[in-house]
Amino acid sequence: MSVNALRVQNVYKVFGRRPAEAVSKLREGASRSDVADLGTAAVIDASFEVQEGEIFVVMGLSGSGKSTLIRMLNGIWRPNGGHIHLGEDDLSEVSAARMREIRRTRVSMVFQHFALLPHRTVLDNAAYPLEIQRVPKGERMERANRSLEMVGLDGWGDKLPSQLSGGMRQRVGLARALTADTDVLLMDEAFSALDPLIRRDMQEQLIDLQQRLGKTIVFITHDLNEAMRLGDRIAVMRDGRIVQIGTAEQILSEPADDYVARFIADVDRTRVLQASSLMRKPTLTLRSTTGPRRALRELEEVQLAGAVVVDRDRKLLGTVVDEDLLQAQREGADTIEGVVRTLITPVNEDTPLVDLFAPSSESPVPLAVVDDQGRLSGVIPRVSLLEAMAPEDSPSSAPSPANGDTEITAAEPEGAQTTTSAGGTR
Amino acid sequence: MNEPLFTLPLGSWVETFVDWLTDTFAVIFTFIKTVLEGLYDALDLVLGGPPPLLIAVVLALLAFFAKGWKLAVGTLVGMLVIQSVGQWSNAMDSLALVLLASLIALLIGIPVGVWAARNDTVSLVVRPILDFLQTMPAFVYLIPTVVIFLTGAVPGMIATIIFAIAPGIRFTELGIRQVDKEVVEAGHAFGSSPGRILRQIQIPLALPTIMGGVNQVIMLALSMVVIAGMVGAGGLGADVYSSLTRVNVGLGFEAGFSVVILAMFLDRITAALSDRSPVAKALKTRAA
Ligand SMILES: Nc1ncnc2c1ncn2[C@@H]1O[C@H](COP(=O)(O)OP(=O)(O)OP(=O)(O)O)[C@@H](O)[C@H]1O
Ligand SMILES: [Mg+2]
Repeated sequence: MSVNALRVQNVYKVFGRRPAEAVSKLREGASRSDVADLGTAAVIDASFEVQEGEIFVVMGLSGSGKSTLIRMLNGIWRPNGGHIHLGEDDLSEVSAARMREIRRTRVSMVFQHFALLPHRTVLDNAAYPLEIQRVPKGERMERANRSLEMVGLDGWGDKLPSQLSGGMRQRVGLARALTADTDVLLMDEAFSALDPLIRRDMQEQLIDLQQRLGKTIVFITHDLNEAMRLGDRIAVMRDGRIVQIGTAEQILSEPADDYVARFIADVDRTRVLQASSLMRKPTLTLRSTTGPRRALRELEEVQLAGAVVVDRDRKLLGTVVDEDLLQAQREGADTIEGVVRTLITPVNEDTPLVDLFAPSSESPVPLAVVDDQGRLSGVIPRVSLLEAMAPEDSPSSAPSPANGDTEITAAEPEGAQTTTSAGGTR
Repeated sequence: MNEPLFTLPLGSWVETFVDWLTDTFAVIFTFIKTVLEGLYDALDLVLGGPPPLLIAVVLALLAFFAKGWKLAVGTLVGMLVIQSVGQWSNAMDSLALVLLASLIALLIGIPVGVWAARNDTVSLVVRPILDFLQTMPAFVYLIPTVVIFLTGAVPGMIATIIFAIAPGIRFTELGIRQVDKEVVEAGHAFGSSPGRILRQIQIPLALPTIMGGVNQVIMLALSMVVIAGMVGAGGLGADVYSSLTRVNVGLGFEAGFSVVILAMFLDRITAALSDRSPVAKALKTRAA
């Protein structure tokens, strides 16, 4: 179903006098510092694919080779080794003329400091790519106006860039890239020079545009939160190498090494981690057709105070707790259906963590997570939720009661003071 | 004790070289001389031929359109002062020489500057040559040019061009190298050709700096004009020079003052023109 817009295979870029020699040493496993006297190994053995319509984020500390990498994707730099496939072209081999053609039609770029022509109006700046393609003036202006509209700058066309705020200037930069109407959009720290609030706006606008236009975007940032917010997938670079590629969640929950782990230490996990990453198999699910007596026995067996209830199709109905079941049994009910408590807020697999706290505190048993069809896909014990708040290596998490089921079972043989906390154990 | 340890016949080498040049390229030099003389005479005729008042008004109008009425009034007054001290025709001779020499210096200097900006090797070769040209005492250039071109306006003009060309090259190279790398890269990223990037991005953005170079070239040319007067280039320089040999303070002052007026005029006009470049104007426009 997914098509590769870009395929990068074992790409190297060395700045210096003897790049070929450096590359062959790097291929044999030399590190960046090993080849320092041959040149600066800016990108080492990078491989990845970007799917059509994907936002692929490249993240890493300063000097890790992000800009060099993205500049190979539009041929500003030619790789010293490896291949870059963009459509049917291999950018490591095409002629200079073909490269210009590709830049006009296939891939455009948004720059960190906007890179607008200061002596031209906003409209002329937005029309620049078409001017280079020798599109007639009328059509040029019309299309430029349309992209200015898309970024919310209609009416600003006859201003000069110096008359605009930073955020607006970058919108012009974005509009210019949109006018080129290429499938692939490269953005090198495009929002890094903007104030945090404006930056958020731009991020949202980008996501919105991407959903409308289906662009393939390679986005570079050194801001992890930005990476997590924008990226369908994220590549983390370190000293010229890509050390991990994965979704935001994968990177957060399974950092490939200490470097990545340190990198993610300060991210607001609650906004990035989704319910599905904390979800586990429920210890016990009850059918709504079960009788109260049987339900109670099953609860007793697993030492729980409540359980999730589903129907025949595994559709989530709600939860039951022991007191209600006892009541139902006393009243001689046939099934537990009558005492099922429905949940006020449904929790989906992709609900961010930050939105789980309220439903979790309102739910007496592990929080039920449903899939698109409303079927139960798993539960989140409250303890897992609390645990996810603090990274494992954080010392502050050690004494917290949320730090392990053993403590709870040891301390509370009689059952919990409240049903909800007891429901947290497995 | 002032005897050199060994004798380096540098002077005689240069002499031999210039003689060789003169002999070998006689045809070319004659051609250059004819062309430059023709251009100079034509320009001199345009400036010096019509009634002084007419030219003064034309220059004032130029000042008005370049800058405004204040500069126009100043120009008119300045020109009338030159006329009233009897230096008009000398001043027009000098102006013609300065303009022509500057134009040629820029026609050579700007392309060389562009080339040096785009090619590190060229830059490395050009830089010491420019250092040499700029530190050499100005009138030294007169000697070979006089040998080659004999007397008249041309040797003075050639010496002026050589003397004044350095800032034209330097400022152009500097200006282009200083253009925001990201903007140039944007040109590449949208598929522009190098020639187009030069025309549409690098030159316009470097223009304020290049205009600074133009200004310097003209000022240096003007200062050389006085020295060129020594070799019969005519104009204000001739009067300055003869007043020096005859210790004529009054004449020297009048001619010198006329040079100052011309210098101020040319300086203000080039400064005004550089303010009018699109980039300079754009940078002055701030958020409303
Ligand atoms: N044109 C160049 N010539 C020589 N070395 C270069 C060049 N461009 C980049 N480098 C070097 O390559 C390495 C990677 O640089 P790059 O600009 O790709 O890093 P980056 O991840 O984009 O960093 P930043 O976050 O600071 O932008 C650095 O060590 C840098 O000094
Ligand atoms: Mg960078």
